[in-house]
Amino acid sequence: MDANTAIRLKDITKTFGPVVANDKISLEVDRGEILALLGENGSGKTTLMNMLSGIYFPDAGQIWVDGREVTIRSPRDAFELGIGMIHQHFKLVDVLTAAENIVLGLDQKGRLDRKKVAREVRAISEKYGFDIDPDQKIYNMSVSQKQTVEIVKVLYRGANILILDEPTAVLTPQETEKLFAVLRNMKADGKSIIIITHKLNEVMAISDKVAVLRKGKYIGTVNTAETNPQALTDMMVGHAVTLDIDRPMAKYHDLRLEVKGLNCRGSDGVKALTDVSFTAMGGEILGIAGVAGSGQKELLEAIAGLQKVESGHIFYYPPHPKSDIAGNHVPVDKAGEELVGKNPTQIQKIGVSLAFVPEDRLGMGLVASMDMVDNMMLKTYKESKGPLVDRKTPRALAEKLIEELEIVTPGVSTPVRKLSGGNVQKVLVGREIASSPTVLMTAYPVRGLDINSSYTIYRLLNEQKMKGVAVLLVGEDLDVLLELCDRIVVLCGGRVTGVVDARTATKDQVGLLMTQSAGKEAEA
Amino acid sequence: MDKVLSFVVAAVLAGTPLLFGTLGEILTEKSGNLNLGVEGMMFMGGVAGLAGSYYYEQAVSNPNPVVSVLIAMVCAILCAAFGALIYSVLTITLRANQNVTGLALTIFGTGFANFLGEAIGNTAPSRYMAVGNVTKDAFNSGIPVLQDLPVVGKLLFSYNFMVYLGILLAIVLAWFLGRSRAGLNLRSVGESPATADAAGINVTLYKYLATCVGGGICGLGGLYIVMNSANGVGGVWVHNCVNGKGWIAVALVIFATWSPARALLGSLVFGALSVMRLYVALGIPAQIYDIFPYIATVIVLVAVSMRRKRENQPPQSLGLAYFREER
Amino acid sequence: MAAQVKAAEHREPLVRIAKRTDISRGKSWAIRAAAIVLALLLGALIMLLLGHNPFLVYADMVRGSLGTQIGRRETVKIAVPLLGAAVAIAPAFMMKFWNIGAEGQILAGGIAATYFALFWADTLPRVPLLIVMFLAAAIAGALWGLIPAFFKAKWGTNETLFTLMLNYIALGIEQYLQNGPWKDTKGTGFPIIAQFASNARLPKVLGVHAGWIIVLIFVVLMFLYLRYTKQGYEIAVVGESEATARYSGMSVPKIVMRTMCISGAIAGIVGFTVVSGADYTLNANTAGGVGFTAITVAWLAGLNPIIMVFIAAFLAILTKGSGTIQTNFSIPASVADVLTGIILFAMLGCEFFIRYRLIFRGKGEHSNG
Repeated sequence: MDANTAIRLKDITKTFGPVVANDKISLEVDRGEILALLGENGSGKTTLMNMLSGIYFPDAGQIWVDGREVTIRSPRDAFELGIGMIHQHFKLVDVLTAAENIVLGLDQKGRLDRKKVAREVRAISEKYGFDIDPDQKIYNMSVSQKQTVEIVKVLYRGANILILDEPTAVLTPQETEKLFAVLRNMKADGKSIIIITHKLNEVMAISDKVAVLRKGKYIGTVNTAETNPQALTDMMVGHAVTLDIDRPMAKYHDLRLEVKGLNCRGSDGVKALTDVSFTAMGGEILGIAGVAGSGQKELLEAIAGLQKVESGHIFYYPPHPKSDIAGNHVPVDKAGEELVGKNPTQIQKIGVSLAFVPEDRLGMGLVASMDMVDNMMLKTYKESKGPLVDRKTPRALAEKLIEELEIVTPGVSTPVRKLSGGNVQKVLVGREIASSPTVLMTAYPVRGLDINSSYTIYRLLNEQKMKGVAVLLVGEDLDVLLELCDRIVVLCGGRVTGVVDARTATKDQVGLLMTQSAGKEAEA
Repeated sequence: MDKVLSFVVAAVLAGTPLLFGTLGEILTEKSGNLNLGVEGMMFMGGVAGLAGSYYYEQAVSNPNPVVSVLIAMVCAILCAAFGALIYSVLTITLRANQNVTGLALTIFGTGFANFLGEAIGNTAPSRYMAVGNVTKDAFNSGIPVLQDLPVVGKLLFSYNFMVYLGILLAIVLAWFLGRSRAGLNLRSVGESPATADAAGINVTLYKYLATCVGGGICGLGGLYIVMNSANGVGGVWVHNCVNGKGWIAVALVIFATWSPARALLGSLVFGALSVMRLYVALGIPAQIYDIFPYIATVIVLVAVSMRRKRENQPPQSLGLAYFREER
Repeated sequence: MAAQVKAAEHREPLVRIAKRTDISRGKSWAIRAAAIVLALLLGALIMLLLGHNPFLVYADMVRGSLGTQIGRRETVKIAVPLLGAAVAIAPAFMMKFWNIGAEGQILAGGIAATYFALFWADTLPRVPLLIVMFLAAAIAGALWGLIPAFFKAKWGTNETLFTLMLNYIALGIEQYLQNGPWKDTKGTGFPIIAQFASNARLPKVLGVHAGWIIVLIFVVLMFLYLRYTKQGYEIAVVGESEATARYSGMSVPKIVMRTMCISGAIAGIVGFTVVSGADYTLNANTAGGVGFTAITVAWLAGLNPIIMVFIAAFLAILTKGSGTIQTNFSIPASVADVLTGIILFAMLGCEFFIRYRLIFRGKGEHSNG
């Protein structure tokens, strides 16, 4: 450890119940250096950084800041040591202004001098190249503006060590570039930056050093200049994997869903979808790409009958009579059955079989405190006769899923909230597939899952596609979408900016479509 | 004209205990704690304040009104704050359900006050816990000289000191929440404790302080009820004397949409509604007048929920416990 | 500066908290029992301060409430509405609909039953009259419960305060009836409602009015309803997450309104048993705070109706016993509320030690726990 070392961690360990989240991890970061903390979801990156920022307290291990050994017991301790963290979920108070959020918790007593704060905020913004209005309320801000407030907040507190948790997950490529420019300015100013990410291209673009974690263990640190994405992947996953996802061709390819001129507003009353039109075919996986919050959630919920539609149509067509899934359902109007204006139960009744795997698995798709049996019958409990619930059928289904999908659980009567993320997702996807759907919609199905579970999910989606199901897949990882899907619909700001063939499209092409400005330039 | 004046004065007097309860609960709720124990804390404050003055008068031969008033206020604040402290320990540290804990506090506080009031009364020769005229007058007289002015004297200066204290408190609280750094921190604790925590604010400390100080303020409302003689009896323990005013205060917090300034207006309106039957003849039975304040609250409740204005919504984390390492 | 001070010390926090992954049934009940004992010790301290021997006082409470047949009957009479109201509250709370309006729903039921007792007793024989009173009480309670549920379902109006306000509105209506149209004209001039005719009174079974049978039936029915019926399942899902309920095709507004009708109806029937079985009249004390205490009964029982039987019985023993010690030791009967409050605090607090465990400095257990 030389005099230029800003932070040093040694043998940091943290457990949550039976789970070892961090197992003897050691790290070093110098001043004026950007360290990328690389690892898959669930590898313990955020947990480790939360211990630096005082959210968690380590079970064992030592921390040095500027050469002195320290104990960080609370976020206050952390920022007194000059450590500031920008969390993935922004920690901002919605009803307060940017300036109020920035000065929150600072030690000064008495009256709040708004003018002085605004002045200081502007000074910081100019120094590093931010764009921010101190008097704007947070609930009126875009995601990238909120992130800016978070960073300014940390700098205002005089942080010399900045930790950013997956800062680019919610940004467009253009916004990401802007953020990186700011980070480089801060680095030149002598600040130390730790950026948590699992995106290799960003690691290569911004970092000086890369530290890799895998399943809670420290794998090693390398200089970015001396490595390449393939080597980093090897460190990250343990053995070389090319993202080798199957993309079989289905036997039948028939029109299943037709969305026409769909308009609707989100829960906050803001227009979420504008004039959205596309088709989804049976026997294909249709990817839906877009920056987070581009209307994906509203689109899926509108099709599922959960979201009020202002205008437009969603037509449903029954499966090809010769396909595997034909005959499961009451035939519907050949001219297309209108789904707009129907609630989920009605949609089920007319013989449309929609399975829907929502983004919020435990808050929407499953009941967290209930066991697998009770969760299996969530959509089918009405089918048995009489006023009593039938728990036999769902129990059998639960047992079948545990075996087929290798779900790790103490038993069918364990609350699903106690299962790991991957197993929760298997429970949910398994249940939806068991209803033998003709349309299967999933949102971020592999978020938070390890590689093995992810491949299980890909396999399940492909199986459905081969049966003739129309699969709609909202995803965030363009690499996956491009390898798994047949076609990709790109959403930006609630509009469809393009539909591309996933077999021929490039990542750049989709990335450009994901940003409105780029879309407009392309038109012009 | 005279009747209108009397009506306004009576409305202010009837509204003041509600004002204290409402201000105390606003402060509490701004920290994210929904304390349904206002009724219980008002009871506790009332009985303790009265007992304080009562024992002081027993102990000295020539009681001083200022000392007696101060003792009563300190006792009321401390005892009610103690009730709030029990609530805080249970809900903040031990993470018990806020609704149920608040109800338990109301049951406890009501029982505690009636028990103590009766038990102390049993030891008195008159079988009642009652304070003498020195204390009673101190709690019930207006501002000397000024109150004798025509019209304005009665309208503005005839109230007891606690009325002015309540108004001052509302102004101070409005400044505190809107303009001070500590107020800003408190609001962030109530809106998003995780955010406040990450910003280095001691969430637990803020919650404890706001809830206990808020409880103390509620206790002053109870003291006012016990000492005020506008309704005929004052300075004596009456069984079940708070009689639902604490619950109206909880409702008034919503009526005022968590603003101390609007709490002033709200408690005046509710005070007026509660004494209306004595001044405005509408040809309906007295008992029906009594339910006006409650119906008014229901109407406000429904109106607020229908309008859904961002600034009028309750603190976002209201009713929820905060645990930093929750996972 | 401050950072240097912090940096100098190297210590873990004194106590850390961790969620228990599992706790045995026996251990959790032992913690609860310890909490009750602690509460009773605190109560003993109060009695000591008043100059009484706590053992004698507690013994007298038990003797007064359980020692004699009359005492036992009185205790059961107190427990009946408490248990009934707790059962009424259970489905609403399961749905996380904070119905603190059982008080008003009891009164609404009592008022409806009283109407038939006062004005139809001459025309109807006993059995049909009691059935009509029962149904009227159920309907009135259901309607009183439905009002806040409707606004909650439609606009998300805060139900805690709405149901609370309805308590006072119901009480105002009762006071109006008692002072006006239903005032007993043959009486002493005091504003009271006349005693019911004999055919409007619930019969006695084993010395206590038949209300106890009605309430016990509801205990069993509610237990089965919540655990084994589709509606019970829907209530549990809505209570856990409205988003999930909507996702699975349930109509949340319908479920909220239906459940509050059931909750209110049972509370209304409790009102019927009070006016027709216990008091033979309607007055301001018909509900008498039962609706509030019942909430704590329901909550402490973990919303399990069977466990509510024991908790309601325990609180009834306290209440009856306090009445006894008021006579024998001249300790004010409000001591029942004080003791109830302390016990509630202890029970609410002890749940924490069932759900979490404390790790003290130096005893860092790192593996599972």
